[in-house]
Amino acid sequence: MDAFLNGWGLTLITFVPLAGAVLVMALPRTQELWVKAAALGSSLATALLAVFLLARFSVSGAGELQYVVDRPWIDVINSRYIMGIDGISLPLVLLTALIVPLCIVYSFGHFPEPRNPKAFLSLLLVLETGMIGTFVAQDLILFFVFFEVVLLPMYFMIGVWGGENRRYAAIKFFLYTLFGSALMLVSFLAMFFLADGTIVGLEVARTFDMRALSGGATAAIARTSQLWIFAGMFLGFGIKVPMFPFHTWLPDAHTEAPTVGSVILAAVLLKLGTYGFVRVAVPMLPEAAAAWAPVIGLLAVIGIIYGALGCLAQRDMKRLIAFSSVAHMGFVMLGIATLTPFGINAAVFGMVAHGLITGMLFFLAGSMKDRYHTLEMSRLGGLLQQAPRMGWILGFCVMASLGLPGLAGFWGEFPAILASYNPAEILNEAVFRSYMVVAAIGTVLAAGYLLWMLQKTAFGNAREEFADSPDVTDASPREYLAWAPLLVLIVVLGFFPRLLHEATDPAVRESLQVEAVNGSPGNCLEVERGEECFERLRRVGEQAGSGR
Amino acid sequence: MLLNQFLVLSAVLFAIGVYGVLARRNGVLVLMSIELILNAVNINLVAFGSYVSSISGEVFALFVITVAAAEVGVGLAILLLLYRNRQSVDLSEADLMRG
Amino acid sequence: MGLQGIGVLAAEASAEIAHVGGWFLSNVWIIPAIPAASFFAILFFGKRMPRGGSEVGIIAVGASLVLALCTAGQWIGAVNGAHGTAVEPVVNRWTWWVAGGVDFTIGTLVDGLAVALLFVVTAISLLVHIYSTDYVAGDVRYTHFFAFLSLFTAAMLFFVLAENTIQMIVGWELVGVCSFVLIGHWWEEKPNSDAAMKAFLTNRVGDIGLLVGVSVLFFAAGGTFSILEINTRAIDGEIGHNLLLISALCLLAAVISKSGQFFLHTWLPDAMAGPTPVSALIHAATMVVAGVYLVARMYGVFFEGMVIAGSSINALALIGGITTLVGASLAFVQNDIKRVLAYSTISQLGYMVMALGVGAWTAAVFHLFTHAFFKACLFLGSGSVSHSVHSFDMKKDMGGLRKHMPHTFRTFMIASVALAGLPPLAGFWSKDEILAGTGGWGVFGATGGNGAYTAMLFMGMATAVLTAAYMTRCIYLTFFGTYRGHGHPHESGRRITVPLWILAIFAVGAGWTNLPKGFQIVPKSWTEQFGHYVEPVAAEHFYFPAIAHATPSWTLAIVSTLVALTGAGVAVAYYRRVDRRAAAGGAATELADGPTSRWTVARLGHRVLVQKYYLDHLYTGIVAKGTAGPIARGAYWFNQHGIDEVVNQAGRKAVAAGQVVYDRIDQQVIDGVVNTTGKASHGAGEELRRMQTGKVQQYAGVMFVAAVVLAAALLLVL
Repeated sequence: MDAFLNGWGLTLITFVPLAGAVLVMALPRTQELWVKAAALGSSLATALLAVFLLARFSVSGAGELQYVVDRPWIDVINSRYIMGIDGISLPLVLLTALIVPLCIVYSFGHFPEPRNPKAFLSLLLVLETGMIGTFVAQDLILFFVFFEVVLLPMYFMIGVWGGENRRYAAIKFFLYTLFGSALMLVSFLAMFFLADGTIVGLEVARTFDMRALSGGATAAIARTSQLWIFAGMFLGFGIKVPMFPFHTWLPDAHTEAPTVGSVILAAVLLKLGTYGFVRVAVPMLPEAAAAWAPVIGLLAVIGIIYGALGCLAQRDMKRLIAFSSVAHMGFVMLGIATLTPFGINAAVFGMVAHGLITGMLFFLAGSMKDRYHTLEMSRLGGLLQQAPRMGWILGFCVMASLGLPGLAGFWGEFPAILASYNPAEILNEAVFRSYMVVAAIGTVLAAGYLLWMLQKTAFGNAREEFADSPDVTDASPREYLAWAPLLVLIVVLGFFPRLLHEATDPAVRESLQVEAVNGSPGNCLEVERGEECFERLRRVGEQAGSGR
Repeated sequence: MLLNQFLVLSAVLFAIGVYGVLARRNGVLVLMSIELILNAVNINLVAFGSYVSSISGEVFALFVITVAAAEVGVGLAILLLLYRNRQSVDLSEADLMRG
Repeated sequence: MGLQGIGVLAAEASAEIAHVGGWFLSNVWIIPAIPAASFFAILFFGKRMPRGGSEVGIIAVGASLVLALCTAGQWIGAVNGAHGTAVEPVVNRWTWWVAGGVDFTIGTLVDGLAVALLFVVTAISLLVHIYSTDYVAGDVRYTHFFAFLSLFTAAMLFFVLAENTIQMIVGWELVGVCSFVLIGHWWEEKPNSDAAMKAFLTNRVGDIGLLVGVSVLFFAAGGTFSILEINTRAIDGEIGHNLLLISALCLLAAVISKSGQFFLHTWLPDAMAGPTPVSALIHAATMVVAGVYLVARMYGVFFEGMVIAGSSINALALIGGITTLVGASLAFVQNDIKRVLAYSTISQLGYMVMALGVGAWTAAVFHLFTHAFFKACLFLGSGSVSHSVHSFDMKKDMGGLRKHMPHTFRTFMIASVALAGLPPLAGFWSKDEILAGTGGWGVFGATGGNGAYTAMLFMGMATAVLTAAYMTRCIYLTFFGTYRGHGHPHESGRRITVPLWILAIFAVGAGWTNLPKGFQIVPKSWTEQFGHYVEPVAAEHFYFPAIAHATPSWTLAIVSTLVALTGAGVAVAYYRRVDRRAAAGGAATELADGPTSRWTVARLGHRVLVQKYYLDHLYTGIVAKGTAGPIARGAYWFNQHGIDEVVNQAGRKAVAAGQVVYDRIDQQVIDGVVNTTGKASHGAGEELRRMQTGKVQQYAGVMFVAAVVLAAALLLVL
């Protein structure tokens, strides 16, 4: 079993959904039940594989990549098929493997117009392959391929099954993110040509191997080049996050996307951007990250306040939740910008928590739309009266989303604030402390818009318009089935944050280490006079490298 | 050597050819004008070839004559079809490629 | 989770600090765990139970009360065994989670303060549970109500037992949410959900301070959340004064919002929209004192940060002092009985904060202790009244209830006297200690104290007058005169009156637990018992600062009693006059004359108060003061239109700003840029396609011209 998982585990978990998608496409359109069963089956098989991987995952060695596969792939550019997961990828892989079956369960029984479950489900499965692949890839080209694979299914999901303005939203989503990835690819190539793999003991200098690149192969790159390379990645990942001011695709995409699309978008897709920062941008170019961190932090806190203000101006519930993502991802980015292990841990936690909570909120918004056929908040009200259980679940999610301690959201938010009081040694404390205060103010605004939404939709008496509507019923068993795991996880992670941190902490520390600081692992971000440390590192790298 | 006279002849032929290509509407005349241009080039080639006592000028001229023959063949075929479809060889009417 | 160790300061403890232990002290986590379990039990199974889940809540809280009493007993035994030396708090902690080198622990911290609060919370919660079985009987959400009472109790106990500041934040927010849910219990009405939101949001504003303050303290104290360590380091001078001041001010912001202190107190009166038992438990006895508890817990930080010793004013004392006055003056103009009590609570919380500000730590905690009982009694009493007359409006629907509701009347009287601070009831002893603690103001013969907080002494005295007067007004309007409501009022059932009597007994007796030292009537061993067991003795490297104690004097006691009696007496005289007029056909609730001569009368009335002259003028002066006085009116106006308006405007403006930002910047500028890029490339394409005429000769022309231009360029360049 172990040997099998070690050799094939990650390949399987990545491509089983794709195989499922092919199977679904091969089935005749008329056999709807079989189509659904095949889709659910393959997503459940993926989830099962994820559970196996989790069970065999060595938590004590979470800092190291596990289940590593390393095979030649494209020899010409020395790109290899490398996969592996460590403590940072693991939670995100699990999250993806959990969310997709839940989405399939949720959409059983009612697919958004124009129905066509076969196409819908196969797209969903292709999407899953892309998402899991991004989290497990350890080669930049492989990473990029999976990163882009995600785009197309999502584009079709919004464009075909979306709301009234779906074409506009879909194209905006597609072009915007594609624009970012183009710059990102340029950065990857620049790194390929400038980095020197021989510093960390590879046979060739030019490499896409992410392990080597984050382990010190980039040390000898000149500071200016690093800054430019980082800027490219910053755009690519920042658009995906999305960071202010690159966020405008998000509300449109969310508003128009079908429920399941919104859930996946919020729960996993946004994390691709932050994961990119944590996995690629920061560990590979720590020096540039340190230079850019104040900017990232600034945009993050602007996003927090700005997203909240945007929420207060919304009339549509789904759009409000979408805007709240901008604010929440601001906290995640603030955590990353501190460049401390603590802050990045908080960010990873924040990613998972936001995935669970906002995913849940989108589920609820979708279910409300099914019942009321509108999400105009001025027309809603009295959900607690008409569908009390759903109302309570909404209240619970609102509380989780505004960062109530004891639920998952808090452990993403407060540690990010705490971390920004004391950012990495190399960063300016005063700047980050002012960010901290602004972020703390953001928590009040968050409570404001979320409670406002809750009051508008759940409290009060049922509106006349919908008082006798037969559509407005309490949550159905299918919905409970899809929601229960998320709700349970929100509580469990709130009570036991260690479940996540035990895995992420060693991995985050490891990702910030560079092997070649005076021959022993070290972290220039955390020493006094970090600039000199990087300078020293560069000289060491130049000597150790092949001298290109 | 009498290089200049050849060049002047060639330039005149070329100018006439260009005028024909740009100004005439009849497709056949345009094709003939193209022939004029090509022949202007041929004169140049041969003249320069004998001026520098090299055979390559004549060789190139032969190639050009061959290619020109082919080109006229294809061109006339197109014109023939055009005429069959439209009963006219007026080039200003043939604008199906408009963007 | 492994048990990491008992006692944070074990390594540093000198011989002066006694170590204690005991099963109840070490396993105190069970106390909040029981109501927490009860919450889930009621939530999931409550509806199927014969009494809708209330029985589970009562049993759970009862069990917690028993355990709290056992814990208190062990603590008392431990202090007795220490023979006057400092007793180390019993700390149990486990690692909760670790990330990036920061260790988050979870645990319990038991010392005298925690034990006192455990008792208060469980006792009052139990009584409120019993009371509620009658009060909310037949409510649509009976089961939910009890579930959240349980959750609130658990959260409050969790907060009280917090070992570190993170746990305090957790408990702090959880009680806030329970308060939100319970205020909005009847969310069908918009005012109720508005009030709930206002409470939660106002508290969130203060929470900014809490989050920032805790973060600052964490790093200032060298990377620890432990309350004991932070305090110890603050007292030992290991934290810079500026950092201490900043964190103390940040935490003060949290206290201001949670404990209804001046300028963020407006949520508390609105919170009366919730059911009355909730007001009694959450908005009088327990949750609102969380802020006071926070200051008392982190006293090392506040004591050093605010430089309480040897000063005459600081932010804490000033905020507290202003709050007492603002609260008390506003209580005059309320017609809603619960709002009177709410403003009274604000005023009394101000007392506690002021006491902490002047260094009278024990007095503050003691007042918290006594106040919890008599104020809960008052609230439950008002609930009992409204249960009977179906209204909270004193002027319209009450009056003359003393004959109809004898039990409620008697207990309400007792609690009011306790609140007014008349001996020998509970409020007198605690209030007197606070006044003494303001520092040696020679006139009243009190000595000791941490500084010369003369202004606070005056504020306290002024509040004492006002308190006695407005409570008299409240009692008169409710229980005396003639009944003005509809229907036939009747006494409430046993499940309401028994808790009332129990609380009334506490309102009488709670004060005797801490008789002052100079009180020669009782044996010496009876005095200062509460302080002895609750206040930690200062020692080297210890978490509690060496505060100076004030010695109360007979003079002070007599003066403060007289002051309170004056307030009550004036009000009584005024209302007897109202009664006479009413008999002659006048208004039953107020005097008709007076408004024209208001200002003079107010001034004269003050002189008369001292000189015992011009009695008639004095009575009319109270009309001014009591019902239409410009100060009270103005204060209320300021409250409603000034502070409250700012709050509302801030909300509205934020929405407006959001609208502007969204419409103008987001949709037009930022999104505009994106759209413009697309449009520009589309437009460029439109323009360029015109060149594509499809005419061969034009193409040839262009080609030729281009060739000529290039040839010319070639010639020119070469």
